Amino acid sequence: MSKIWTICKREFASYFDSLIAYVMLIFFLGLSGYLTWLFGNNVFMIGQADLGVFFDFAAYWSLFLFIPAVTMQSLAEETKSGTIELLSTKAVSDWEIVVGKFSAALLLVIIGLLCTLPYYITVSFLGDVDHGGIIGGYFGLVFLSASYISIGIFASSLTSNQIVAFLLGLLIILFFHLIFMLLSFSFTGVVGGVFNFLSMKSHYDSISRGVFDSRDLIFFITIILLGLTMAQAMLSKRNWQA
Amino acid sequence: MLITVENLTKAYGPQKAVNNISFEIKTGEVVGFLGPNGAGKSTTMKMISCYMTPTNGDVKLDQYSIHAEPEEIKKRIGYLPENNPLYTEMPILEYLRFTAEIQGMEKSRISERIHEMVELCGLDIEKHKKIGELSKGYRQRVGLAQAMIHDPEVLILDEPTTGLDPNQIIEIRKLIKKLGKEKTVLLSSHILSEVEATCDRILIINKGRIVADGTSSTLRQEAQGQELLTVQIEAENGEVKKELLKLASVATVEPVEDKESFFRVQSKPESSSRKSVFDLCVKKKWYLTEMTGIETRLEDVFRELTN
Repeated sequence: MSKIWTICKREFASYFDSLIAYVMLIFFLGLSGYLTWLFGNNVFMIGQADLGVFFDFAAYWSLFLFIPAVTMQSLAEETKSGTIELLSTKAVSDWEIVVGKFSAALLLVIIGLLCTLPYYITVSFLGDVDHGGIIGGYFGLVFLSASYISIGIFASSLTSNQIVAFLLGLLIILFFHLIFMLLSFSFTGVVGGVFNFLSMKSHYDSISRGVFDSRDLIFFITIILLGLTMAQAMLSKRNWQA
Repeated sequence: MLITVENLTKAYGPQKAVNNISFEIKTGEVVGFLGPNGAGKSTTMKMISCYMTPTNGDVKLDQYSIHAEPEEIKKRIGYLPENNPLYTEMPILEYLRFTAEIQGMEKSRISERIHEMVELCGLDIEKHKKIGELSKGYRQRVGLAQAMIHDPEVLILDEPTTGLDPNQIIEIRKLIKKLGKEKTVLLSSHILSEVEATCDRILIINKGRIVADGTSSTLRQEAQGQELLTVQIEAENGEVKKELLKLASVATVEPVEDKESFFRVQSKPESSSRKSVFDLCVKKKWYLTEMTGIETRLEDVFRELTN
């Protein structure tokens, strides 16, 4: 556990040392803020003290772009510079490396989300807000982010090129983010149900309505563990090369 | 700690980078790993340090095997990889702290140990810089510092002195010799004189196989076999060669190219021609102006074994 924390700390500090953190937070806050307050159907247009547009649209889509950009370098850069050799010959397991990197990215995303708390405070001054819904919304965003981070880290483990890792991550996430949902519309019955279950949106929506269903949690946790396990397998691949 | 390498093989497809090698390194031994590029030195070191698993065979540190207890082995090894990869955006001290923590050192000892390593590796002037701002030599020192920070019992150093200036090389050699008294050290190098100066034992590897194993003097002796002399004898030409060949101990005589009246005399196995050559000159009233024994250098041994 302490090893995971050590890796997480280093990774987190490197986000700030390499300015990625600042660029990413500004990008995330700028985009989600613009979409929430200024663009199209914004908070003011709705005429209600409600952050629905933030949870359903602004944060949902900003995180979709933000997360692969944060995770793209996590393993790709280590592979490219060869530091992975140094790291994996220390007394840590591949799993600890992967989980450490995962927690660092999650920490950064949570900080980004905390920076949006003023939205909540502002809106709560404007009228009666559904506090439960907003707390649920934040939980939903954290679970959504954690799932995408684990996919992003897996994408980063596949290549030593950060751009490829970014695009790959974005592509895989796009399926959960949008494509499975669209597919679920065009199929009925079991197939439609499967696609609906795979769609991030359906699980995210129910959590952000404040409904904690074990099926949703199982879905998120499965995605997280699957992504991390596959990333670990890719790291260990050097061992099973014949 | 005793390192035991047993039938270690690493194959990339049909090509065997390391082919069934076995050797032992005892505590307090400094072993030099020599070999041409691509001979399998780095691959072997990567397998010992648990970065790669071998296709076949095993490496043991005392009772721990790389297959069963890699964590135990990694704790006890200090490894400096070939190109010395480092986190360039990290400051030196922070990086050393990270390494110490990740190696599971006790929190209370870390600061003191970092201080020792900074001292030992001569990083004091540069210690507040980021690693990316350092020159190659200083990076190499950081690489050595991170390998030794947790006071490992075994050091695996892949080309530890590349990029260092001559003064630093001498310091690092001294350091390795000092460490080698209590620890087990395996280092690889291209610089033969370095290996000769620092190592108690030399392993020469070629095309994935170990072709020689011994101290530098035994290797030289083995390669040498017969005594070889260069002599300069001033006399009428032609006759000298003929007369030298008549000596009982002489096997071959070759005139040295470009040098008049120089000859290279090779003795028969296990015999010396020094005295008889001298006696012959006295008898014939020739002037013997030079007689030098040619010692086989490690370079020659290396070339012979790996070419």
